[in-house]
Amino acid sequence: MATTSSMFMYSLTIQPPTSITQAILGQFAGTKEQQIVSASGSRLTIHRPDPVNLKITPVLSLDVFGIIRTLAPFRLAGSSKDYIIIGSDSGRITIVEYVPAQNRFNRLHLETFGKSGVRRVIPGQYLAVDPKGRACLIASVEKNKLVYVLNRNAQADLTISSPLEAHKSNTLVFAMVGLDVGYENPVFAALEIDYSDIDQDPTGQVYEDVEKQLVYYELDLGLNHVVRKWNDPVDRTATMLLQVPGGADGPSGVLICGVDNITYRHINQDQFRVPIPRRRGAAENPERKRNITAGVMHKMRGAFFFLLQSEDGDLFKVTIEMAEDDAGQATGEVRKLIIKYFDTVPLASNLCILKSGFLFVASETGNHHFYQFEKLGNDDNEIEFNSDSYPSDPRQPYTPAFFTPRPAENVKLVESIESMNPLMDSKVANLTEEDAPQIYSICGTGARSTFRTLKHGLEVMDIVESPLPAPPTRVWTTKITRGDEFDAYIILSFSNGTLVLSIGENVEEVSDTGFLTSAPTLAVQQLGEDALIQVHPRGIRHIRADKRVNEWPAPQHRSIVAATTNQRQIAVALSSGEIAYFEMDPEDGSLAEYDERREMTGTVTCLSLGEVPEGRVRTQFLAVGCDDSTVRILSLDPDSCLENKSVQALTSGPSALKIMAMADSSSGGSTLYLHIGLWSGVYLRTVLDEVTGELSDTRTRFLGPKRVELFQVSVQGQQSVLALSSRAWLGYSDPQTKGFNLTPLSFPALDWASNFSSEQCPEGVVGIEKQSLRIFSIEKLGDSLLQESIPLTYTPRKFVRHPDFPLFYTIESDNNTLAPSTRQQLINDTGLVNGEAAILPPADFGYPRAQGHWASCIHIVDPVDTKSCLAQIDLEDNEAAVSVAAVTFASQENETFLIVGTGKNIKVSPRSFDAGFVYVYRFLEEGKELEFIHKTKVEQPPQALLGFQGRLLVGIGNEIRIYDLGLKQLLRKCQAQVSPNLVTGLQTQGSRIIVSDVQESVVYVVYKYQENRLIPFVDDSVPRWTSSTTMVDYETVAGGDKFGNIWLLRCPQKTSEEADEDGSGAHLMHERQYLQGTPNRLALMCHHFVQDIPTSIQKTQLVAGGRDILVWTGIQGTIGIFIPFVGREDVDFFQSLEQHLRSEDAPIAGRDHLIYRSYYVPVKGVIDGDLCERYPLLPNDKKQMIAAELDRSVREIERKISDMRTRVAY
Amino acid sequence: MADKLRTLQNLEHLQSRYLGTGHADTTKHEWSSNLHRDSYASYIGHPALLEYMSIGMGESREKVRAAMVEKMVRPVGVKNVEEEG
Repeated sequence: MATTSSMFMYSLTIQPPTSITQAILGQFAGTKEQQIVSASGSRLTIHRPDPVNLKITPVLSLDVFGIIRTLAPFRLAGSSKDYIIIGSDSGRITIVEYVPAQNRFNRLHLETFGKSGVRRVIPGQYLAVDPKGRACLIASVEKNKLVYVLNRNAQADLTISSPLEAHKSNTLVFAMVGLDVGYENPVFAALEIDYSDIDQDPTGQVYEDVEKQLVYYELDLGLNHVVRKWNDPVDRTATMLLQVPGGADGPSGVLICGVDNITYRHINQDQFRVPIPRRRGAAENPERKRNITAGVMHKMRGAFFFLLQSEDGDLFKVTIEMAEDDAGQATGEVRKLIIKYFDTVPLASNLCILKSGFLFVASETGNHHFYQFEKLGNDDNEIEFNSDSYPSDPRQPYTPAFFTPRPAENVKLVESIESMNPLMDSKVANLTEEDAPQIYSICGTGARSTFRTLKHGLEVMDIVESPLPAPPTRVWTTKITRGDEFDAYIILSFSNGTLVLSIGENVEEVSDTGFLTSAPTLAVQQLGEDALIQVHPRGIRHIRADKRVNEWPAPQHRSIVAATTNQRQIAVALSSGEIAYFEMDPEDGSLAEYDERREMTGTVTCLSLGEVPEGRVRTQFLAVGCDDSTVRILSLDPDSCLENKSVQALTSGPSALKIMAMADSSSGGSTLYLHIGLWSGVYLRTVLDEVTGELSDTRTRFLGPKRVELFQVSVQGQQSVLALSSRAWLGYSDPQTKGFNLTPLSFPALDWASNFSSEQCPEGVVGIEKQSLRIFSIEKLGDSLLQESIPLTYTPRKFVRHPDFPLFYTIESDNNTLAPSTRQQLINDTGLVNGEAAILPPADFGYPRAQGHWASCIHIVDPVDTKSCLAQIDLEDNEAAVSVAAVTFASQENETFLIVGTGKNIKVSPRSFDAGFVYVYRFLEEGKELEFIHKTKVEQPPQALLGFQGRLLVGIGNEIRIYDLGLKQLLRKCQAQVSPNLVTGLQTQGSRIIVSDVQESVVYVVYKYQENRLIPFVDDSVPRWTSSTTMVDYETVAGGDKFGNIWLLRCPQKTSEEADEDGSGAHLMHERQYLQGTPNRLALMCHHFVQDIPTSIQKTQLVAGGRDILVWTGIQGTIGIFIPFVGREDVDFFQSLEQHLRSEDAPIAGRDHLIYRSYYVPVKGVIDGDLCERYPLLPNDKKQMIAAELDRSVREIERKISDMRTRVAY
Repeated sequence: MADKLRTLQNLEHLQSRYLGTGHADTTKHEWSSNLHRDSYASYIGHPALLEYMSIGMGESREKVRAAMVEKMVRPVGVKNVEEEG
């Protein structure tokens, strides 16, 4: 059970991870079309490639609440639909199918085979499937292999057998693949090493001599057991296997990829070997051997080829040539293996070749790429290397092969899918003075790294912007007859007149439309079949098709203040507070006023009529907003015309109303809503009962400090509400979940808007922005975080903001990469050893690599004005930047300096280095330039830097030190050994410093100024491999660790007070140690497993007027939040909701949700919002059941869930 | 005697079934080899952790994965004869 706590947080993901662990290709919908299924963290996503529009869109994403380790597609013989097998950490094998009709995943089988969790001998690491879909093998890194026989029963349903064991103890598996053997018994190939003798051998000779084996496991379908059919030693360095087509398509067997070579092996075939070509180039080391890191086999009619990728990103095309007998018939014998350079694409974790001629590259880091094949490299000038020239024995030497990389010729990039993976650091700040802050982050590795600005908003495509002679107040578009497909006129209302523009090839003014142009307009409507209506302050103008004009004048001394119309009805409010109601006579199209006028208590500010429902003559309700802060629903039924139906009291006067039907996730169909905008900038959405006119289920959202105007627009085929306040917001239902979303548009604030439809732009919006007319469209719904990227040079590690100006300073470093100076030196060197080659853009081809070299730099990034890097400072002497801070020195009249910590000749594992340095830079030109002041040598690379009370605090090894700025170098003022291993982070408030250790959680340290002493006074009892921390308040720290946990620790009140007592701190110094640590221990408040490794945590707000929350980012690209609960009542509610959801909507991969969130430490004080947000997606009967159990209505529960999110985040 | 035999058999059964189950004479080398193999298997099995390490090392994920399986072959060096005495 969840451990209780006095503090509760609600955990939500606002951007799921974008790193793809594995991507598979298949016909998952059962049609000819191929889809891609990817695993990112705990999410299973199905993407649909669109060969016409050349893009790839996610169709469905599901959180399985478990770690997805491997995926495999399979298809039963004769079927046209692929199923997905998931190997996860649940100790179970899961088979799911995609149901396109309902757009969901359906679990077909869940078979338990072992303990849960990622363990050495529990299968789940490797998954191999027989190409004919008859069996699959799931294996662990060591020992265990289980074979499941897949079949179908009489009902054509998929069946799965009990597992057959193929275990072999003390055996490590490097790779595993299903062999293509046609319809013979299924065979699986594995690369194995048996270490049993190595452990027993004291001389080390056995280790030297051990061989790597290629092992074939055959599943005898007749006898129903698995045998080790064949094994043979292969290259010791081999790490990867690829299936070679068999049966009628090819020779069967496998390709074995090792260091610098690829070998073809099969049981009754000779072996063939080709080298992996190395890059030619001045800065390339000719001795460096490459590995194959990803590969894909593609079968076409009668032929097949492989694309293999080396660690540089170079793709090589490998083909197999078959032997022919004298008659020219293929004998089934392999004759040779051929390899040649194909193209260079980003380093992939998976490559997928689509039948429609596309290549999907699931990148290891950075954006995923979607390429189109232009040719297959058949007739080009690339040098081919074939196995004839190379010995097949892996121990024999050979001359290496070389190729010259060149820009891509065979593939063309058609779409780059944004991915923030890896997200190295982030900061939430409002630099653009908008309502809501932005998220600034550094992402990616190597030359593909970027600085990204994330903004909440929908992407808008600007179509027209044209200035107008005077600022208009309102705008409408209208068709001329009901049957028209597109709008014909744009009507602009000014303070003293009206302008009519016709829409056509070009937009121009027209005068013979019958509209009154000498007065402002209040409403425009296409009425009945072919008439037009213009409402102006003095009356209603009814323009018939033959340009006859009927005018209904407003009563004397009164004018029209508000109006609403639909295809058959008109309601106007007079300045006297009366409402006049008109209906069109269906016979002759004339307007008839209802004989009574309804007098309202206050002045009417706004009115709304809904659309006339299909098959009816009128809409039932009129919504009336009055300045006494009420909205009334009046009946329009002829029997009870203009009678009150219901009233809603508001917090402020209503400024706009809109009755419209929208898709609704709670009822599953469409529901009538009343949208209300208030003068105070608040937007409300209430359900309007279609029979009784009752208002219920009000949801509130603050949009901005300006009054709200509401408009109905059509976006991507759905009726959406456009709400204008200090920003424009769009209310729509999410294409995937059908839940209601309200998202700001990334567009300047508008004053008025209207739906716009023309031939060029069938679904657009026309709006007024100050004195210009804007026409735009919204292309994509669902993705509500907009990204802007600025390219960086190397892998960014950390960044800081300038204290006053909107500038960031990033430190970047790349391991095993040549520094620019070394590179230049090699290029200039005349005694070239490795040939000449053009210098290619590093963003596509990477930098030349060399063991032990570092390339590192500091960048000044301006994400607001120029959106670019302003300057780059390269570090020399194989130094790499490891930490950065902007520190104010009291001794320098509070001037701020940029401090950068570096290390020389760093080796990552095991950690070693020659020295560390602290660089000091002065900000010049408002931070746009940096001036180097001096550098100070320290014993170790300083992993943490922090400004502390007008001086610099540095974490060096297991010590922290206080430095002041001197003329020649930094001056050490104070130091203390506070942490057991390595200081990786520092946080401070007042005299308190929170030191995070690489392995041993955090230590609280107090600085005693008089004594100049740093005294640790409280630490933790659990080792936590801290990756990032932040102080939540003076006593509490929130942090994340390298195993994917987020936790909150609190110092006991008494200890906290004692530490800050005046005096020397002697009592702290002499207090007795407790279990070799500090005298006191921290208390755990919250603990939650989030799966991704947190790289930054920050306490901040995300929306205007929102509360403080914790925003964290994970290395795989996750952005999540923790929202503190205010009351116990909500906690109880969500706890029981969670409990019901765990049992009613059990995670699909078979991992128990509670155990998953308690992966390392039992979950404490955290409600999983991602689980709670599954509630609206449940089938209706389950929703009802849970609602009944919780004693609440379905709508109430859904409101509570959506409020949790919208109050503080997106 | 029969009891002792059964205990022994039970233990052997456990050892064959659950990898790393110790016995009275487990050496430091056996114990630490086992521990390191467990750790490497865990690094490989958690995608986020593998990515974290591969970025730290500046190598590709697949290369780091293969290197870790390779390290599992002999994680803590040769067996020390003296220690076992």
